[in-house]
Amino acid sequence: MKNLAELQALRDEMKEKVGVRKDSEHRMRIVVGMATCGIAAGARPVLAACIKEVETRKLTDVVVAQTGCIGICQFEPVVEIFDADGSKTTYVHVTPEKIPKIFASHVVNGSPVVEYTIGANAN
Amino acid sequence: MVRSHILVCGGTGCHSSGSNKLFENFESELKAAGLADEVKVIMTGCFGLCALGPVVVVYPEGAFYSQVKVDDVKEIVTEHLLKGRLVKRLLYTETIAEDTILSLDNTDFYRKQKRVALENCGVIDPENINEYIAYDGYMALAKVLTEMTPQDVVKEISDSGLRGRGGGGFPTGKKWSFAAAQPAGDKYVCCNADEGDPGAFMDRSVLEGDPHCVLEAMAIAGYAIGSNHGYIYVRAEYPIAVKRLRIAIAQAREAGLLGDNILGSGFNFDIDIRLGAGAFVCGEETALMNSIEGKRGDPRPRPPFPAVKGLFGKPTILNNVETYANISRIIRNGAAWFASMGTEKSKGTKVFALGGKINHTGLVEIPMGTTLREIIEEIGGGCPDGKKFKAVQTGGPSGGCIPEKYLDTPVDYETLTALGSIMGSGAMIVMDEDNCMVDIAKFFLEFTVEESCGKCTPCRVGVRRLYEILDKITSGNGEMEDIDKLEELCYFIKENALCGLGQTAPNPVLSTIKYFREEYEAHIIEKRCPAGVCKKLLNYTIDPELCKGCTLCARNCPANAITGEVKKAHVIDSAACIKCGACIDSCKFKAIFKK
Repeated sequence: MKNLAELQALRDEMKEKVGVRKDSEHRMRIVVGMATCGIAAGARPVLAACIKEVETRKLTDVVVAQTGCIGICQFEPVVEIFDADGSKTTYVHVTPEKIPKIFASHVVNGSPVVEYTIGANAN
Repeated sequence: MVRSHILVCGGTGCHSSGSNKLFENFESELKAAGLADEVKVIMTGCFGLCALGPVVVVYPEGAFYSQVKVDDVKEIVTEHLLKGRLVKRLLYTETIAEDTILSLDNTDFYRKQKRVALENCGVIDPENINEYIAYDGYMALAKVLTEMTPQDVVKEISDSGLRGRGGGGFPTGKKWSFAAAQPAGDKYVCCNADEGDPGAFMDRSVLEGDPHCVLEAMAIAGYAIGSNHGYIYVRAEYPIAVKRLRIAIAQAREAGLLGDNILGSGFNFDIDIRLGAGAFVCGEETALMNSIEGKRGDPRPRPPFPAVKGLFGKPTILNNVETYANISRIIRNGAAWFASMGTEKSKGTKVFALGGKINHTGLVEIPMGTTLREIIEEIGGGCPDGKKFKAVQTGGPSGGCIPEKYLDTPVDYETLTALGSIMGSGAMIVMDEDNCMVDIAKFFLEFTVEESCGKCTPCRVGVRRLYEILDKITSGNGEMEDIDKLEELCYFIKENALCGLGQTAPNPVLSTIKYFREEYEAHIIEKRCPAGVCKKLLNYTIDPELCKGCTLCARNCPANAITGEVKKAHVIDSAACIKCGACIDSCKFKAIFKK
């Protein structure tokens, strides 16, 4: 390192890599159901797609986590988004293709994609 | 991308209960589960809650798993990391809530803590300079080199009110200004990492958990006083700290943050390590410098003070590890931020190592002015097994014992001194009703007798005489005038010893006489040890009413001191009894008592 600018650039780059270690309260949580039912229905690529979105969009206040079976196995893969204020949106039959839209609309701009939610797919 | 981090504590406490095995197992289990690309395992420094080690924290959830065994690793990987289900049985009980986990900051142990010196301990990988940089590491050095003059740096440290954390409490800014005022030429920056107080391990934890913060602070000090060379004097008994320091120095040189022309500023600074052989007196500054020079570790008279004539006869500053750990944070956040914490004369925070009869053995950092009661009862969780608190020993062999009635004292340099103890390095040893205060004083004196370098007579001879009188009292041969003799000799040694070791060595005796005189008198007049510790004053007796004559005690007695017929009360022959306690342990009817 030869000057301050290089140090700052390295700091900013490294900061992203340790962002996951922040206290998880007051952050948006994206939770993917990863029980047997979820994995069988294809939750793994969905999780990978979520992680990829967080990375490419350089989101720092978003946590991607997994959870077990929430009891609606026929709707798997299920992705639940907990906003920072605690409200929850449940997306069902999620595919990796649906993820960019959910991120662009809901995660970044705060407007849930109604057509993918459990409410729109209950029947 | 990595979505989850597993932080495994790599401090000495957790390391000795096998955390390195956990680390290896996590890596192999993650690989087996196909998660190696999305979950990262990091070995960090100390989290502080050593009593519950080995400690593993999983982010982003912040799940705090305690006392994790190798067999638990697979469960954490398959349940938590694969399926997203917390392994509740391993979670720290205070963090478990209905369907989620509570932040560690809300637990009794962490709630009142304020981590400044330990900011990065348990957060970063100490063997990776990039993680330190991610948490603004070396930004303080960059700031002083690009925006501040050496005078600005000294002023900032003076304004912060930071005082030496090694025990003396001398204002750090003042120390730096003395050395800065010396004519230009060879000057040295030394770091005292010769942590010798029994029970103190904060310096070790900083070096193990955040070694770069010490290097950065030493470079800042070098810039402030006009020095290009630093030495870290660390004891060889801290192998993990030494290893991580070596890695850190190599990485900092590689990154151009140590060496010539740092960050293009034209400032040169480099650091060498010197290993101490474990002599307590080498923690004293002048003895330490003699030892770095390759001479025998004897103290030398002051003045001249090291700031004028120190290492190799050149102006030198010498600060303790914890003092340095505060420097970069003061530069980054400003002197006013630091001075806003603490009491009028003692600013900032202090790290304490809690040990002895306390539930949460470990490392805590609290703002100055927190009361002893908050530290011991709330953060430390009080004495185990419901025993009654008796005293807390602060400052190691140079400190004193503080009884229950002063527990509401806010901790700072002045209040502890007023109570006859000292802040010292920050060891806090808690004692309960089963501890004999005369025996405790004797224990610390035994240590100082052993560690006295022998250069001056008051310490070499005087401290040994103190020990002999204490031994006489605990053996049941004490006379009332021994207490007066002890006090007189104590004051003489305090006034006449050459260095800090001797001057403070009588503190354990004086404070125990002051606060627990009745225990001394019980030993001398009644020939009785109230806490039941001093073996020569103990008598084991069997209650004939309770004894069933099962013969178990007689068969377990290694000295054959117990006699009696089957199904009849047994008797202990006091003359033959060696007071080992084997009979009490073996008796099923609780019929044996020691008095």
